[in-house]
Amino acid sequence: MRFAVILGIFLALVALLGVGLTLNPREVPSPLIGKPAPQFSLPQLQAPEKAFSPAEMSGKVWVLNVWASWCPPCLLEHPVITELAGMKVAPVIGLNYKDRPDDARAWLQRNGNPFHLSASDLTGTISIDYGVYGVPETYVIDKRGVIRYKRIGPLTPEILKTKVLPLVEELNRG
Amino acid sequence: MLLVVALAGAQNAWAKEAAPAAEDPVLESRVMALAAELRCLVCQNQSLADSNAPLAVDLRNQVREKMRQGMSEAEIVEFMVARYGDFVLFRPPFKLATMLLWFGPLILLVAGIAALFYRLSRRRAPAEAELTEAERARAAELLRAADDPERR
Repeated sequence: MRFAVILGIFLALVALLGVGLTLNPREVPSPLIGKPAPQFSLPQLQAPEKAFSPAEMSGKVWVLNVWASWCPPCLLEHPVITELAGMKVAPVIGLNYKDRPDDARAWLQRNGNPFHLSASDLTGTISIDYGVYGVPETYVIDKRGVIRYKRIGPLTPEILKTKVLPLVEELNRG
Repeated sequence: MLLVVALAGAQNAWAKEAAPAAEDPVLESRVMALAAELRCLVCQNQSLADSNAPLAVDLRNQVREKMRQGMSEAEIVEFMVARYGDFVLFRPPFKLATMLLWFGPLILLVAGIAALFYRLSRRRAPAEAELTEAERARAAELLRAADDPERR
């Protein structure tokens, strides 16, 4: 009887630790889900004399992708971002994080530009408002400008198919 | 030749500027005190005060700027938590959600001690074995036999 109790406790502990192994401490849950996307006005990467502000996207479902030319995982997710942009279900706006505009423009030239436009966050201050702590990160923002989803790390085809696309579809309908 | 290479290397060492000393030591100590209470999200086991990650530098600058603007420690913490969640606090907050985190070890310790006491009390409970008369006599004889050789 005692053996069964000890075995039971052991198995419960194993289950708990097993679940723990599947969790990723790097994926800090964002408190901004359900909150309005912070406002800003930043110069556009390809046209620095013009500004971009999230208010311009009001009424549309859109995706904000934080990227940088010095960021290898950003290159890794680039095909997925390109695929998303190609579907034309939501404009993909880039937020160029702490980059040199020349390097960023060259990166887009070299790899292709999936973004409707990119805004330059040279100091990373605006990104802090978005709770960015690494690149790449991707946000899905609804028609009222509310953040509905945040992907920390590169966007994978899996996440695109199971999380991002269904959400965008749902938000587009609403 | 080696001297030239060594000198060239030394050149680089001299060329790097030391980080400027803080203009306002009082502000700096306040900044670092608050930074010690916040977590670096990149090097997650370090506080914002300890970490050298670029994000940590940026966030320390944010703290410094906001202190200069007159924001209180509480307001700055709220700023960070609003953007990064409770995880940015180096010490987990004392909320219903974290009760298990705070009291878990204590509960386990108490449970362990309780289990230990229970086991020990059970071991003492079994009554001492009663000896029959024959066994008592045999025991006495054995003990006498054991004593005798020693008296010699």
